[in-house]
Amino acid sequence: MSITRQDIEQIANLSRLTLTEGEKEHLTVTLSQILNFAEELQELDVEHVAPTTHTLPLNNVLRDDTVRPWLSQDEALSHAPDQENGQFRVPAVMEG
Amino acid sequence: MSLLNASIRELHTKIVSREVKPSELVGASLARIQATDPQVKAFLHVNGEQALAAAKTMDDNIPSDAGLLFAMPGALKDNLNTKGIPTTCASKLLQNYISAYDGTAVAKLQAAGAISVGKTNMDEFGMGSSGENSAFFQTRNPWDLERVPGGSSAGSAASVAAGQVLFALGSDTGGSIRQPAAFTGTVGLKPTYGLVSRFGLVAFASSLDQIGPLTRTIEDNAIVLQAIAGYDRQDSTSANAGVPDYAAALTGDVNGLRVALPKEYFDTGLDPIVREQIEQAIQTFEALGATFGEVSLPHSKYAVATYYLIATAEASSNLARFDGVRYGVRVEADNLLDMYKQTRGEGFGAEVKRRIMLGTYALSSGYYDANYLRAQKVRTLIKQDFDRVFAEYDVVLSPTAPTTAFQFGAKTSDPLTMYLNDIYTIPVNLAGIPAISVPCGLANGLPVGLQLIGKAFDESTLLRAAHAFEQAAGFTARPSL
Repeated sequence: MSITRQDIEQIANLSRLTLTEGEKEHLTVTLSQILNFAEELQELDVEHVAPTTHTLPLNNVLRDDTVRPWLSQDEALSHAPDQENGQFRVPAVMEG
Repeated sequence: MSLLNASIRELHTKIVSREVKPSELVGASLARIQATDPQVKAFLHVNGEQALAAAKTMDDNIPSDAGLLFAMPGALKDNLNTKGIPTTCASKLLQNYISAYDGTAVAKLQAAGAISVGKTNMDEFGMGSSGENSAFFQTRNPWDLERVPGGSSAGSAASVAAGQVLFALGSDTGGSIRQPAAFTGTVGLKPTYGLVSRFGLVAFASSLDQIGPLTRTIEDNAIVLQAIAGYDRQDSTSANAGVPDYAAALTGDVNGLRVALPKEYFDTGLDPIVREQIEQAIQTFEALGATFGEVSLPHSKYAVATYYLIATAEASSNLARFDGVRYGVRVEADNLLDMYKQTRGEGFGAEVKRRIMLGTYALSSGYYDANYLRAQKVRTLIKQDFDRVFAEYDVVLSPTAPTTAFQFGAKTSDPLTMYLNDIYTIPVNLAGIPAISVPCGLANGLPVGLQLIGKAFDESTLLRAAHAFEQAAGFTARPSL
């Protein structure tokens, strides 16, 4: 398994990460190493094995849909890098 | 001699008999931090004034039914939300973040009367095995300041080992409580998945993360576990399994205990000086009447690879929330997408970025089946190995880590070398079962940790076995700090 520079750029985009040229170079090497190591999983026959997502016998844990006290709007906004009219403010999503 | 050398139970007696005031005890903790933390650097944040103020209100108000943790000073890993106090996960991205609420484990400790004196350093977002991935500074091992304390709960372990606090909470995704406990000569427990609520724990890998206590003794560990365990409706993965009386399990009796020795955990990768200490521990257990059998956990050798696909996949999803919109540091840009990318690119450290990238790759279209799904299937095989062994045995005994604490920089150049350090602890998280690291001796002056692994929700047996061993082995060495 070999990861190319192009792969790294594509994964970085999916991961929403800006990387420096040095980081891209380093990650091309280390991700290839780790994925080569993980190749050992291919030697096992898992065709009839069910996946384990987590180890508790729990499914669809639901609660009553009732209003409970929680953070006020001010508290929830208290760490916002930018806010306006009680909402989180972000840069433009689309041009124009 | 600091007050903090005593056990929680001994100090409790002094508190309720008015021999020691809560403010004296908390004051002793803060004095010890002041004296030793310039060298150890366990804390990212010490809330000394708040802690002392809280203790002073207790001085003249000791309830007749005060619990064992009443007035006991402790520390919290900095990925546990604490209202009004910074929670940074040792990340630049959260360097200004102050929690808006208390996590459940934190609130439970507070309700028990325990006093948090501060937040401890860690590998950023829990990603690391040495503490070296903190964005702020490196915590040092109190036994040898040139060596790492282990990680990711680096500061929690170092603080307990340095006698700064009586207990600390850590979190363990692949060994992050047990491995630093082993490196610092402390006791570290990773409870069964679902036993302790994760509400308010900043998530790393949600199918693996557990909160647990680090202490100097097994009894102290049982006391802290008692306070934080139990069902919580605010955590949808909380188990409604009931909480037994853990302290009552500490009988000292392990006669007839069936102990499994997995041959794969005593393989060539194990440092001979660690092996020697573990073999002595086995003799101690034998003298106490425990019986032994060699077993095989054949899929454990695949655990590290399995873990680094599953944990990173979950991390890539969990860490998507750090986007510069609602909290944390934002790097401004002209449009939203660039703001996300630059905030995350500059806010996260190298190891965090590596794991997000690996996890994103493992989950991406075309690679999902061969990576993430396959890893989940191998996880089933790893868990079945343990199920088979526990049909015949009460506990599994192994080393906690293949080596003692290593020097700074020894493993930072190659991530795989660092990952393999967790070879004995990772299978436990994948199987969702509990395990404890107990100090069992010194090798060249550095602590060695013995790992005992138990059945799901059978912390009582683990604590009983660990306690009997602790009493018999008499590990009383302390770092000369």
